[in-house]
Amino acid sequence: MSAVLSNQPAAVTPQRSRGVWYASWRRLKADKLGMFAMVVVALSLLLVVAAGLGLVAGDWQKETGVPNAPPNFVGPAPAESAGAIVQPKGPNVDLSDIDPLAPKYAEWTEKAKQYKTDEAPRAETLPFGGDRLGRDVLAKAIKGAEISIMVGVLAALVATLIGTVLGALSGFYGGKVGDFLEWVYNVFTAMPNILLIFAFAVVFGRGVLPVVMILGLAGWTGIYRLVRAEFMKHSVREYVRSAEAIGASKSSRMFKHILPNVSHVALVQLSLHVVGFIKSEVILSYLGLGVSVDQVSWGTMLAEAQSELILGYWWQLAAVTGFMAVFVTAFALFTDALRDALDPKLRGLE
Amino acid sequence: MAAYLIRRLWQMIPTLLGVVLLVFFLFKWFGGDPAEVLGGLNASQDQIEAIREQLGLNKPVWEQLLIFLQQIVTFDWGKSWATNESVANLFATRMPATLTVMLPILVLEVILAIPFALAVAYMRGSLTDRAVMILTTVAVSISLLVYVIVAQYFFAFRLGWFPVQGWSDSLWTNLTTYAPLPVLVAVAVALSPYTRLYRTFFLDEIGHEYVRTARAKGLTEKVILLKHVLRNAMIPIMTNISVALPGVFVGSFLLEVFFSIPGLGREILLAVNRNDYPVIQAFAIYIAALTMVVNLITDLLYKLVDPRVVLK
Repeated sequence: MSAVLSNQPAAVTPQRSRGVWYASWRRLKADKLGMFAMVVVALSLLLVVAAGLGLVAGDWQKETGVPNAPPNFVGPAPAESAGAIVQPKGPNVDLSDIDPLAPKYAEWTEKAKQYKTDEAPRAETLPFGGDRLGRDVLAKAIKGAEISIMVGVLAALVATLIGTVLGALSGFYGGKVGDFLEWVYNVFTAMPNILLIFAFAVVFGRGVLPVVMILGLAGWTGIYRLVRAEFMKHSVREYVRSAEAIGASKSSRMFKHILPNVSHVALVQLSLHVVGFIKSEVILSYLGLGVSVDQVSWGTMLAEAQSELILGYWWQLAAVTGFMAVFVTAFALFTDALRDALDPKLRGLE
Repeated sequence: MAAYLIRRLWQMIPTLLGVVLLVFFLFKWFGGDPAEVLGGLNASQDQIEAIREQLGLNKPVWEQLLIFLQQIVTFDWGKSWATNESVANLFATRMPATLTVMLPILVLEVILAIPFALAVAYMRGSLTDRAVMILTTVAVSISLLVYVIVAQYFFAFRLGWFPVQGWSDSLWTNLTTYAPLPVLVAVAVALSPYTRLYRTFFLDEIGHEYVRTARAKGLTEKVILLKHVLRNAMIPIMTNISVALPGVFVGSFLLEVFFSIPGLGREILLAVNRNDYPVIQAFAIYIAALTMVVNLITDLLYKLVDPRVVLK
C-alpha cells in the first residue's frame, strides 16, 4: 500500500487535513501519565473480558483452601488447641435397644458405600488468602472486578445514550419539545440522586441488569444538560445551516452533522460516569440492593470483609481495595487525559 | 423581589407535579402489587382482595391518582405498611439524629476545604500541588465503604477511642460520644474531592483580569487570594453547598447503617428492603419540595453576596 502511494507524485494528492480525532490522539500520546493510565485500563478491561469468557478465575467458586486460609506470605494459621473440649472416655451409652432407627444403620452403611466420596485436599494457604469457604480471594476479586466494571461501563453507556438522545432532541428542536424535556430534567433532578436510585431499586429488584438500568436511569441528567447546550450552540452554526440549505433532513443534521462535532463531550462524560457508577454499584451491592446473591462483586466482597476484619482476616478487604484503587485511579487519570486531549480549552483547570 | 418570589414558587408547581406523577406511575406500573406485598406469601385470594379494597386499588387509576394528590396536599402521608407508624411521625422522630450527624459534617467540610484548596491553589504547578492532586485522585478512587470499615475497626474496635456504634436520647451525649467518629470519617473522605473542586473554582478566578490588575498594583499573592479571589469564588462554592444541602436531610445512609444511628437514611433503606411504598413515596416528594426551596433560598442569597446579580 505504501509503495503504491509513494509512486504517485506528491503534488497531485491534495494534503488532506488531519482530523480532530487525530489531533486529540496526538495530544493524548504526549500525556505520559494519561498513556500509562490508558495502558492500565486496557489491561484491566482485558482481564475483565478474559474473566467473562471464563479464561481467568472461571473456577472462583471452587473451595480450594481451608476456610479463611491466610495468604502464602503470611504462612498457615496456627493450629487451634483442641484442649477446650474434653474427649469423652469409655464407650458411648448403648442405645440400640431403644433407638428406633437402629435396625436400619447397617443397611444405610451399605448404601453409602455405593457412592464414592471424593475428599479434595485443601491448601493451608492460598496465594492471596481465602474467604470463609476457602475460595481463592484473588480469583474472587477478579470475578468481582468483572461484575463491578461491567455494571459501571454498561450503566454509563445507558446513561450516555439517554442523555445524548434527549439532549440532542431538546437542544435541536427547542420550543415545545425542549420545554417538555426540560420539565423531565427538572423532575429528575428535583430529588437527591440517591433517593432516585433507591426508588428505582424498589421497583426493579436485584441483579446485574436491574442495577444497570437503575444507575443509567438515575444518572443521565448531567449528560443531557451538556449535550443540550452543545446542540443549541451548534444548531445555528453555518455548517448546519448549509446542510439545511442542501436539503439535509432534520435527523441527518442532528446525528450526521452535529453529533460527530459534539461527540467528544459525550465521550468524556461516558468515561467520567463509569468511575461514578462503579462506586455506586459497590455501595448498592453492599447494601444488598445490587447484584443477586449468587454473584460476586466488589460490593458483596466488602460486605463479607467487614465481619472478617474483626476476626483478623484482612486479605479480602485488602484485595478489593487494591483492585479498586488501581482500576478506578487509572480510569480517573485516563479520563482527565482524555478530556485534556479532546477539549484543550479546559486544560489545567483541574 | 415579591414578584420574583411568587413567580419562582409558581414555577415549582409543574416540577413538583412531575415528581408526583413519576413516583405514582413508577410504583403503579413497575412496582409489585401492594396487596401481595402486604398480604405476604400465605395470604388467600380473599385476603388479597380485601386489602385491595381497603387500599382503593380497585378504583380506576385516575381516581387513585386523585386520592394520592389529595394526601399530598393535606400532608396526610398515611402509615408505614411495615410498622403502621404514621409517616409524619417517622420524619419527626428520625430527622434530629440525621441532622446531628450531617450538619457538623457539612460545616466542617466547607470550613476545612476552603483553606486547603486556597493553599493548593497558592502552590499551583509546584511539585506539592501535583503530589496533592495525585494523592487525592487515589484517595477518591477507593470506596467510602473501605474507609468506614477500616476506621470503625481501628479507632473504635482496636483503639477504643470511640464507641463502635450506638445512639442515645441526649443531644449532648450524641454530639460528644456517638457522632464524632462518623463525622470524622465523612469529613476525611469528602475533604479531597472538595479540595479538588474548590481549587478549580479558585484557579478559575485567578485567570480573571482583576487578579492581574491587583498584581500590577503590587499586592502580595496572599492578599490577592484572601481578599479578591476568595470573595469571588464564594458564588460557585455557595452553589456547590446548596447542591449538597438537600442530601443533608436524606442523611448518609451508609454512615447511619454502620454506626446504627436512627436517622432518615437508615429508615429509607429499611423501607426499600421492606417494599414499604408509602414511606418511599412520601420521602421522594417531600425531599423534592425541600430541594426546590433550598435552591430558591440559594438564589436569593446570591443577591446578598454579589450585588451584580439581578433576580429576574
